[in-house]
Amino acid sequence: MNSSQLLGITTLAYLLSSMLYIAIFVFRAKKLGLAATLVTVAALLINTAGIGLRWQESYQAGIGYAPLSNMYESLVFFAWAIAVFYLGLEWKYKNRVLGAFSMPFACLSMAYASLSPEFGKEIRPLIPALQSNWLIAHVITCFVGYAAFAVASGMGLMYLIKDRKTSQAPGSLLASLPELKVIDDIIHKTLVFGFLWLSAGIITGAVWANSAWGTYWSWDPKETWSLITWFVYAATLHARFTRGWGGRRIAWLAVLGFLSVIFTYYGVNFLLSGLHSYGGS
Amino acid sequence: MKKTDNMVWRFFASVRLALFTLLILATTSIIGTLIPQKNPPEFYVEAFGQRTAQFFQMLDVPNMYNSWWFLGLLLLFSINLIVCTIDRLPNVWHMVVMNNLDTDPERLEKMPQRKVFHVRGDVSALADIAAGLLTKSGWKPQRENKPVGTLLFSQKNAWSRLGVYAVHLSILIIFAGAIIGSLLGFKAGVMIPEGSATDTVYEAGTEKPIPLGFTVKCDDFNVSFYADGTTPKEFRSNLSVLDNGKTTIDKRAIIVNDPLDYKGITFYQASYEPMQGFNVVITNTATKVSQSFQIPFGQKISWVEGGIDFGVINQQVHSRRGDVSTLKVWFSDGKGDPSMFWMDNNATHTISNPTATYEFQASQVYATGLQVAKDPGVWTVYAGCILMLIGLYVAFFLSHRRVWVYIVREEAADRCQILVCGASSKNKLAFEKDFSALVECFTHDSTLQNA
Repeated sequence: MNSSQLLGITTLAYLLSSMLYIAIFVFRAKKLGLAATLVTVAALLINTAGIGLRWQESYQAGIGYAPLSNMYESLVFFAWAIAVFYLGLEWKYKNRVLGAFSMPFACLSMAYASLSPEFGKEIRPLIPALQSNWLIAHVITCFVGYAAFAVASGMGLMYLIKDRKTSQAPGSLLASLPELKVIDDIIHKTLVFGFLWLSAGIITGAVWANSAWGTYWSWDPKETWSLITWFVYAATLHARFTRGWGGRRIAWLAVLGFLSVIFTYYGVNFLLSGLHSYGGS
Repeated sequence: MKKTDNMVWRFFASVRLALFTLLILATTSIIGTLIPQKNPPEFYVEAFGQRTAQFFQMLDVPNMYNSWWFLGLLLLFSINLIVCTIDRLPNVWHMVVMNNLDTDPERLEKMPQRKVFHVRGDVSALADIAAGLLTKSGWKPQRENKPVGTLLFSQKNAWSRLGVYAVHLSILIIFAGAIIGSLLGFKAGVMIPEGSATDTVYEAGTEKPIPLGFTVKCDDFNVSFYADGTTPKEFRSNLSVLDNGKTTIDKRAIIVNDPLDYKGITFYQASYEPMQGFNVVITNTATKVSQSFQIPFGQKISWVEGGIDFGVINQQVHSRRGDVSTLKVWFSDGKGDPSMFWMDNNATHTISNPTATYEFQASQVYATGLQVAKDPGVWTVYAGCILMLIGLYVAFFLSHRRVWVYIVREEAADRCQILVCGASSKNKLAFEKDFSALVECFTHDSTLQNA
């Protein structure tokens, strides 16, 4: 058993977990609830074991680094963070319908990591610039934030779907979703959580850049896009805190913000060039 | 403070302006990620055509993050932050320090969370019970007697209302640090061949010489590779500093991510360049006589005292930059045939001649590429960053929660009305739960007898 196989199984497990949650939502199959949660917990454990094993393998290969250093490894960690964040949400709100709008992100992230021919899955040596503990702090803080933003956008979609029809007969599909007020509250809390971690991610990145290159901020496209994302969420939070925005507008902004996250994370590596270009391989 | 009606002030204090500035900053920032920055003017003419390039130059697009209009936007953003803070802070400060025991009873009846009980007993006895219940639920109360009853008050995290202003202040501190760095600091670079020294570095972009005020010497540079032979594993330079004729730092090793700091100037390992030459050490193993040389490639060198002639006559490189992996040496001590052999770079070869044995040690000469930065603002920036994280945590996750219990004698007989009420600066849902728990406590207390 090697880490690639474990992470392959993780992909399938997240797929199963997503399908169970979607079934709970679409068929109102509440009986599947416990199974869905157990599959998700199992998937998370396999994901964790996969990351741990890859870490160990890197030492056996004589390189030895935390598996957070390229696009493939970051997608695997992204899926892990989404699963952890979602399980926390499920535990707090005792509502499994949320899973139908959260776990597919973890599944997509793992599937993209496993199936895309673009990135090498082999453990490759780390160039000197990446040999820093700040790398670990930077990647973890960023991706915990990104995971929250992914879930927030899922909740935003959920809000927009539920809000589309105002008259909902009891027992209908949309009636099984949480009340609009509750979804709005989840979106808000998730955004706030993500914003704190995104800020920490930008700061740890700046400290790292300063220890490697002597410049904490150089306006390279990745940095600039992370700041753009920060501006978008900062504007969203101000609109809510001081102008009382809520509901559809914040739901749309949660979706828009996540598009900015995806561009920061993915678009910059593949469409633009800069310091982070090594993340593309 | 009385709110001013001055139009200009209101404009700069408004959240509307903050939203506008944030979104304009976000959208204009995109430009510099799409159009490559800091290239020579010819680049833009070639890529975008003469007229567009001219237009770009006019608006400083090739260096947009330092352009007058982008810095102007950041200035607008800062003014907005300062004015907004001056405008709101006095009221918020008042909320933090105010005496809540003075709260008007009429306002208490309109609090978002409230519950009324009617119980038997007199005011002071009931106030004691209520104070006990509040303390038990984690609300340590203050108490004041009123003309018609007693008011109890308790609060948590009043100062958390300041969190958002800490975040605003932190942004200004970061800007201040950035300004200090750009006015008093520099970014530069220098290449130093092994064994050489410099007292001057060259500013990034302009190549303007900057005197250091001391001398930096590269004693030694090494690059090591992973087993694949092409991925560099470590760049390591040994640097010494000579200040006023004294060696103040002796052979300190620096690697990427671990720079050398001297008198506020920091030297970062950034790159290297292989040179056409070798550091050679020859040792006569019998006499222990040893001599080191720095020699060019392909030249015959004579060590007269040792009676030896030698030279590097061939080499194999394993990278485009010209890193030597093996070299071919010609060696003669004048007795018998000269020897010729291949040896690895950075290794020692033993030469056994009829009359003597020699150790021949050779390694390619490198120049180390250093980035040199002076940034006296960096600690200000870091202080701002820490304040921002603390401020965000306080602003998002702590709320100012207040509860009042107002006990009033009712006109008829020995009965009192107890009003339990409260409010939270944010996170109302969580406060609702807290408040219900408190009300539960009052409902289930056996000493409070319903009337």
